[in-house]
Amino acid sequence: MLSDPLTRLGRSGIGAIAGLGRAHLLLASILGGLLEALVRPRLVLAQLFNVGVLSTLIIAVSGLFVGMVLGLQGYYVLAQFGASESLGIMVSASLVRELGPVVTALLVAGRAGSALTAEIGLMKTTEQLSALEMMAVDPVRRILAPRFLAGVIAMPLLAALFSALGVLGGWFVGVGLLGVDDGAFWSQMQAKVDFRDDVVNGVIKSLVFGVVVTWIALFQGYDTKPTAAGVSRATTRSVVHSALAVLGLDFILTALMFGD
Amino acid sequence: MQSTRTMEILVGAFMAAGLVALFFLAMRVSNLSAASAGPGYSLTARFDNIGSLKVRAPVSMAGVRLGRVDAIDFDQDSYQASVTLRIDAAYDQIPADTFANIYTAGLLGEQYVALDPGGSPDYLRDGDQIEHTQSALVLERMIGQFLFNKAQEDTE
Repeated sequence: MLSDPLTRLGRSGIGAIAGLGRAHLLLASILGGLLEALVRPRLVLAQLFNVGVLSTLIIAVSGLFVGMVLGLQGYYVLAQFGASESLGIMVSASLVRELGPVVTALLVAGRAGSALTAEIGLMKTTEQLSALEMMAVDPVRRILAPRFLAGVIAMPLLAALFSALGVLGGWFVGVGLLGVDDGAFWSQMQAKVDFRDDVVNGVIKSLVFGVVVTWIALFQGYDTKPTAAGVSRATTRSVVHSALAVLGLDFILTALMFGD
Repeated sequence: MQSTRTMEILVGAFMAAGLVALFFLAMRVSNLSAASAGPGYSLTARFDNIGSLKVRAPVSMAGVRLGRVDAIDFDQDSYQASVTLRIDAAYDQIPADTFANIYTAGLLGEQYVALDPGGSPDYLRDGDQIEHTQSALVLERMIGQFLFNKAQEDTE
């Protein structure tokens, strides 16, 4: 029939908008449950362990290597202009402004976001969430809110860790291996990297990414079809949507913060 | 399953590491340690042309940084740029007849305000205006002048 594709298009459009609406309703009720999560710090602590501590290794190693690669590549380009002393600026500015928050968010989405989605999705599939509700425990406040809070707290800390280790990695390659002057490396960096404009904006970025990545992961888990295939699809979608949202938001945030 | 205590210690270590990293970024990577958010005083200087001077550009004397550019405004009456300089409170003995120039750091570097001390026994105080200024060098104008002089020499 002629109207068949049109029907499908309409159905998927309505489905997408309805999903967006459910996601925002979920976010509203999670935000409503945040105070309660603060009263029970033990629940948040356990999630901080899952999201933060267990992500530390991959973040640290990635940060170190990204910084080292930046040092190598940056030196190659800058040496052609006789400006290899500016390596510190290049490495630190690109890490603090962009790579730190963005790559950390992508890694956390893959490492912790997918785990969150699978966990919540399985809880729903095995009807643990319904069981909680039957015992008059609100699963949003008891399960989702502490995870959300932990994700938002952990993201900026992980991003800072990533950037700091990246700068050290760039320093190791630039100063240690390629012979850039140690003093010039740090002093040029300090002269050009601004605390308010660069470091604070980077932290704001990673806070936003923390909210978005955790929100998407929780929503995909909470909204999953209660089947094995449903959980698997939700986990995939959680990572894909998080990555797209982070990259898209990064452009908007960068345009707002640095485009004067 | 980890015991609660180990988990608490690890979470604590994680948060401490994150905060240390943030502190490192603030103090070692960025200019927070050198930023003169502390006490200081403001001077104004009028320039015919500030080139590409930016807010937060350094203000230096004898190559030492004394402060930074706080604000740049346009004065509609004199058609000049009015530049507000924020000088650190420690440097309170700048002579009243000091000369303010706009120089460029390096060939393609950013522009900054350089102060040349005068000989006056009076010192500049908060809100004072630097009377003697020299504008930024605009490359096109210099080239134009050079060509003009060259052409004059040739005709003589």
